[in-house]
Amino acid sequence: MSDLAHSTRSTLFRHGMLILFAIIVLFPFVWIVLSAFKTQIDLLMGRVFFTPHLTGFENVIFDKTSDFARNFGNSMIIGVCSTLLVLFTATLAAFSLYRLSWPSWVLHSLLGWSVIFHMVPPITLAGAWFTMFRTLGLDNTYLGIILAHATLHLPMALWMMGVFVRDVPRELVDAAYIDGAKVPQTLWYVVLPIVRPGLAATGILTFIFSWNEFPVALVLSQRQTATVPLGIGRYAQENTIAFTEMAAASTLSILPAFVLLLIAQRFIVSGLTSGAVK
Amino acid sequence: MRADGIWRYATLLPAILFFALLTFLPLANLVALSFHEVEWNEATAVWNWVGAENFLALPADNLLRAGILNTVIFAVVAVALQMIIGFFLALWTTQVIRGRLFYRTIFILPILVPGIIIGAIWKLMYSYDFGVINSALGVFGIGPVDWLGNPNLALLSVIIVDVWHWTPFCFLLLLAGLESLPKDVFEAARVDGASDRQMLRYITLPLMLPTLIVTFVFRMILAFKVFDEIYLLTGGGPGTATEVISYTIYRRFFTEDQVGYGAAMSIAVIALIAVMILTATRATTRKADQS
Repeated sequence: MSDLAHSTRSTLFRHGMLILFAIIVLFPFVWIVLSAFKTQIDLLMGRVFFTPHLTGFENVIFDKTSDFARNFGNSMIIGVCSTLLVLFTATLAAFSLYRLSWPSWVLHSLLGWSVIFHMVPPITLAGAWFTMFRTLGLDNTYLGIILAHATLHLPMALWMMGVFVRDVPRELVDAAYIDGAKVPQTLWYVVLPIVRPGLAATGILTFIFSWNEFPVALVLSQRQTATVPLGIGRYAQENTIAFTEMAAASTLSILPAFVLLLIAQRFIVSGLTSGAVK
Repeated sequence: MRADGIWRYATLLPAILFFALLTFLPLANLVALSFHEVEWNEATAVWNWVGAENFLALPADNLLRAGILNTVIFAVVAVALQMIIGFFLALWTTQVIRGRLFYRTIFILPILVPGIIIGAIWKLMYSYDFGVINSALGVFGIGPVDWLGNPNLALLSVIIVDVWHWTPFCFLLLLAGLESLPKDVFEAARVDGASDRQMLRYITLPLMLPTLIVTFVFRMILAFKVFDEIYLLTGGGPGTATEVISYTIYRRFFTEDQVGYGAAMSIAVIALIAVMILTATRATTRKADQS
């Protein structure tokens, strides 16, 4: 009996702590969304009760001086293109490395280099990219940022696709080969259908990381190619900060993360944990 | 599958090109830059050889020293807190029956949001005049506190934001680790009358050690790259209170346009990180050999 009371108490304690932390996680989001509906005066007065206004959103989306719509489009273009590029490169490389009998030093030096590169702060290489791209005329172009983002996220994609490609049974690949399939057919008809969940996980994460990336985009782009984080950064840097607009733009920029979390949580979780646990 | 001549090379080529042209070449370029002073003439870089001058100037750079010190403090304190909080949240989540998916969905959210937006949100919350944190403290007659403007508090304020942002990452990895532990060991221990605390100390923690190490390393690497939140919240200030390595490099290389010097600093930081990784790996392998 006392055992039962004890376990009920500890269950209550656990739920209590978990709910407390859930509130801590959610509170800033709720607060920023509420702030986005306030007027500058309501916000500065710290009013808890207020009449909701859409001025902030209207200024962010429709005002001629606001770059937000363009930033959103730029982030989409850069995110989608760099993700496709990364998926293509990483899947081919993972298949090649794990299923086409490369000597182990090739595998290890390539993975080793990608680990080292991944550990280095991006800003250290951003300088070199900037000088190279500027000489080639690639600074402030979509292509430059797409290439940089693809490079940044290639190591992660390579490890993740490596994990998923190793799940493809060798016998299946060998059987396809014996049946006369060449590498492209084997990849397309045998490997791709099996690694599809892995592609989704890798693709979603690469897109999110590209969407979130700040320092490299900051260095490589100017107004025409600026991404969403740069737009938000600019609000904060101006002398008179337009707080309502900053809150509204932040609210809009969080939306993709919310949507992806609700529709694709399975892939996000499997992607983030694939390297760590296996 | 037998090596298939040309396809074997063709499938690996894109990745090789990426690594060679966009990581290896820039790194070589960076080394070359670090021995020069660079001026921009339109889009053409004019390089003047200065020898090791850039490197010799590094030790006297107060900003760099503050940056290294703050980055180390920031990374160690923030990651330690994230590991502890993340571990218990993950443990409690595995121990409740209802609502697991609900908790996980909420806890993951901050990982997916751009760091710069998290900086923007917290900048508003930390605001001296109207921020919600000072309003809340005001109810209890405390404050107002100058979270980001007080040199003694600023680094702590930034660490709080980072803990909020990245504890979910530790939570998620540790949760996956806990869920993959064998169930029968715990049942056997329960039958033998082990208490919750004993099971945690003698079963869960030892079995979780590999996952704990991997999570810790992942987080430390990310923490050393911190840039976005600092850029938005404090810009390294007040004074050098929140100056971090990435921000110092950004400042020297881009804001002040000292390309050669910035490159030398980048090389030094990369070397420093390489040494740290080597020491850490050697320490772990030696420990593994002993046990």
